[in-house]
Amino acid sequence: MIVTLSKDSIKITREQDTIFLRNRVKEWATKIGMGLVNQTKLITAASELVRNMLKYAGGGTVDIEIVSKGRENGVKLIFSDKGPGIKDINLAMRDGYTTGRSLGLGLPGTRRLVSEFEIQSVVDEGTTISIIKWKNG
Amino acid sequence: MKNEAVKVIKAKKKYILEQWFQNQLENDGLREDLITNEDQRIQSEELLNSLTASISDNNFDNFQSRDFEKVEEILSGIAIARARRGFSPRETGAYVFSLKTALLKTLSEEISDPKVLYTESMRINSLLDNFSIITFETFIKGREDVILRQTDEITEISTPVIKVWDGILALPIIGTLDSSRTQVVMENLLQEIVETGSSIAILDISGVPAIDTLVAQHLIKTVSATRLMGAECIISGIRPEIAQTVVHLGIDLSEIVTKATLASALKMAFGMIELEVRKKATPKVL
Amino acid sequence: MDRIPILKMGDFLLVTIQVDLYDQLAETLESDLVQMVKKYNSKGVLIDISAVSIIDSFMGRILGNISMMSKIMDAETVVVGMQPAVAITLVELGLPLKGIHCALNVERGMELLRSKITQDIQEDEEDDSYSE
Repeated sequence: MIVTLSKDSIKITREQDTIFLRNRVKEWATKIGMGLVNQTKLITAASELVRNMLKYAGGGTVDIEIVSKGRENGVKLIFSDKGPGIKDINLAMRDGYTTGRSLGLGLPGTRRLVSEFEIQSVVDEGTTISIIKWKNG
Repeated sequence: MKNEAVKVIKAKKKYILEQWFQNQLENDGLREDLITNEDQRIQSEELLNSLTASISDNNFDNFQSRDFEKVEEILSGIAIARARRGFSPRETGAYVFSLKTALLKTLSEEISDPKVLYTESMRINSLLDNFSIITFETFIKGREDVILRQTDEITEISTPVIKVWDGILALPIIGTLDSSRTQVVMENLLQEIVETGSSIAILDISGVPAIDTLVAQHLIKTVSATRLMGAECIISGIRPEIAQTVVHLGIDLSEIVTKATLASALKMAFGMIELEVRKKATPKVL
Repeated sequence: MDRIPILKMGDFLLVTIQVDLYDQLAETLESDLVQMVKKYNSKGVLIDISAVSIIDSFMGRILGNISMMSKIMDAETVVVGMQPAVAITLVELGLPLKGIHCALNVERGMELLRSKITQDIQEDEEDDSYSE
């Protein structure tokens, strides 16, 4: 069972917000004592997802939560946008696949960086991606 | 209607404690090698005191009630202490079950109406069952803590980074290389590269029992990360069996420098940083 | 608008990234650098990322672009001082930055650049002697 301990929400409308988000995530990850490597992985993942959000949906909101499951604490990030949505999630999760001009590492790469990854998307309504990085995961 | 069982438990606390202790004796629940009789008695008394203090007509049926937090806390404390001291699950379980037996026995002596006795017994049953579940959960958690700590220790011990020469690091890997271990190896190695300013790292896998696609992937990751830091990585200690499996599995190691022995890897490293090892010329005896 | 300063040191260009990058800033750096390579006819580019705590796929791509673009303009690129955590993350992300030369620190980076350039010159001379 995953329990949410505290919560915050950040609006993303322009590129510079990314830096603000990174700093917030870092702050929260430091607060639960996450190691530097895992912090870096989490922030990199967040950076990838925010870019997708800005590129495909023009922005959205990111919820930051500190969660705990049993003995483990972690940081959970929920990215929600009201963009065009993803038609074929399986395809989007494949390495090297991209509709924009990028390396196509965004989603599959992000999944490798975090402990838990969940994606929900409805075409023309939006996409919600939630990720969790456990302190020692 | 006032709850009969609650009344009985509160009134007969001393008697229950005696009964409980008697039960423990019969159950071989006392392990004098692990805990003294006196300590166990104090523990039991504390637990029973907090139970009688927190139990009331209102919360009797509701074991999720916050009133029992104190009881649960004491129980967890006992269970964790027992897990660490090396009690068996049976002994820990018997400890709580013997309290139930004592409570039920006291109830049957005090309540004469069979119908009331039955319902009250059922209630005591479910309350105590819940307590045993909590005890078991914490007991197992205590054991897991011990295992986790040991795993951490083993990982720490088994990945030393050795400076073999100025600018050359060696890292003997012993045992299986899983993803969490790879993470530790990578972190230690990269940190050491920064600290010593080394430009070559030798990963010796003589002690790795087998290589499969996953282990190979971990090795490749470590090599790539080392290169990103600006150092070169040589993998040594490739035994014939390992060479065979690597080829049979179709793993591509062509981008990695591999050597059969640590000695030849070291020789190559010397070459890369333009060092030469020579036999000392013996001065001619005139 | 924010810009990352590019220093000219003889035949080399030196970039020290001291701030957290966002995409626009990285793209500006890319075009600025290529312009500078052309302007000064530089032989080498050294990018110090020791203060960068995050490199994601976009930043990685920019680094790759700079390296490739400089290469076809006959300049070598060396990236120096990557943090261990960043290196591990990049590998995990699936972006080992193939084709980019890396060095531990600025000093080593300079050495590497110099050795690459003398190598090139030697090769050029060999080519010349062939044609004679």
